Amino acid sequence: MLLINCPYCGERPELEFVYGGEAHIARPAAQDQVSLEQWAQFLYARTNTRGVHAERWRHTHGCGRFFNALRDTTTDQFIAIYEVGAAPPPFARAHEPP
Amino acid sequence: MMHFSALKLLKEGFSGQRGWHAQWRSAEPKPSYDAVIVGGGGHGLGAAYYLASEHRLTNVAVLERSWIGGGNTGRNTTIIRSNYLFDESAALYDHALKLWEHLSQVLNYNVMFSPRGVMMLAHTVHDEQIIKRHVHANRCNGVDNDWLTPEEAKAFCPALNIAQDIRYPVIGAALQRRGGTARHDAVAWGYARAADALGVDIIENCEVTDILRGADGAVEALQTSRGLIRARKVGVSTAGNTSVVMNKAGVRLPLESFPLQALVSEPLKPALPCVVMSNGIHAYISQSDKGELVIGAGTDAYVSYTQRGALHINTHTLEAICELFPCFRRVRMLRNWGGIVDVTPDRSPIIAKTSVPGLYVNCGWGTGGFKATPGSAHVFAWTIARDEPHPINAPFTIERFRDGYLIDEAAAAAVAH
Repeated sequence: MLLINCPYCGERPELEFVYGGEAHIARPAAQDQVSLEQWAQFLYARTNTRGVHAERWRHTHGCGRFFNALRDTTTDQFIAIYEVGAAPPPFARAHEPP
Repeated sequence: MMHFSALKLLKEGFSGQRGWHAQWRSAEPKPSYDAVIVGGGGHGLGAAYYLASEHRLTNVAVLERSWIGGGNTGRNTTIIRSNYLFDESAALYDHALKLWEHLSQVLNYNVMFSPRGVMMLAHTVHDEQIIKRHVHANRCNGVDNDWLTPEEAKAFCPALNIAQDIRYPVIGAALQRRGGTARHDAVAWGYARAADALGVDIIENCEVTDILRGADGAVEALQTSRGLIRARKVGVSTAGNTSVVMNKAGVRLPLESFPLQALVSEPLKPALPCVVMSNGIHAYISQSDKGELVIGAGTDAYVSYTQRGALHINTHTLEAICELFPCFRRVRMLRNWGGIVDVTPDRSPIIAKTSVPGLYVNCGWGTGGFKATPGSAHVFAWTIARDEPHPINAPFTIERFRDGYLIDEAAAAAVAH
């Protein structure tokens, strides 16, 4: 089980959290001008990164707040936790994914 | 290819068992092939076999990063069934089931297909309505499926607890008698052996590091850890790593990769005559021919490529198993493991051409790809050889997510299957 560092409550077990999927997927602004292709990209396409992945978590059984995280999907180690709306912080990659 | 038979067994018995040899060559990569399959699991090896046997394409290679059958083919719980709700899915999975029925004979390799019946339990009125809808839809599609009362379910599977005072009592079940299990390793080995005999090169420890495209955008060659391999047709069949491989050709797919876990118990005497599954409380259990209880757990919530998951996922499943089968409460678990499954938003696979000419993909099988192995491989080979989909896989395109023609088994089953 992951130990997740909620920026508002501190370290808590994964069971208190709900995974919110990939972060930084913005809903298209001019919705009447968006092509089907762009909608499909927004709704369904994911980077599914093997390596450092930006993702959302929600501390549902705690403060209830969303936050973003960088996690290495080859080790499940969290690299950074940051606020919703902020750009992902730069990170030093510990190793290249195998 | 050495032909396996009772006579051969007898002959070897009298001559010191010295006549058994390696069943396929350890091939060196050639500079070019007519078609290359990336991924040496059951789906990939099967596709290579059908390319050679049905489409006369024998200058074919299967590239596998590690050893064949070592990914999800060797990690699943070997359940085979075809009782899916939608017409498109029923056609695809029943195509596979029909191929399973004769696969040992066709490959001359015992895949130990055992149609012992797959029982799906209902615990609530909602479950009952959904499962009955599945039963009726299946019958319209020529797929066998019967509704059983709790007493009938217990008669078929005596270990099942049908007491009505448990948290999720069994109020009925659907039984697909043609469903069952098969030996997962034997499927990979059987296809590898048969494909090799037709001239297919099976190349292990060969990782694709780049997909090279020509001026016209079409696939030209693969850069691999064992050198450059030219091919005008490339079929990608790499399950959890499909996004990673397809990114090398600039193709972005609606996939997310999650760990899916399974576990087995110590071996027991025969106690469970069929496969029992419950979508409602998430339990999947069968007994292998070695006697181990084979238990399928759920997926972890987050994207990961670690091939391991968290223990609370297994605990959840074991709690459900212990309630449904109190007689298994003191059985000890021997091993647990994880595989990485690639999941689409509608939980249906993609078997299709891509926007890159010459590049084909077979992915998105999520948590239920093993059962489809022969059918998936068969229609994928057709798609690669003819550059157009077989009628059975025609609906399973990438474009269905753009055009809104989802095959939404996710909603139909209300659970990853």
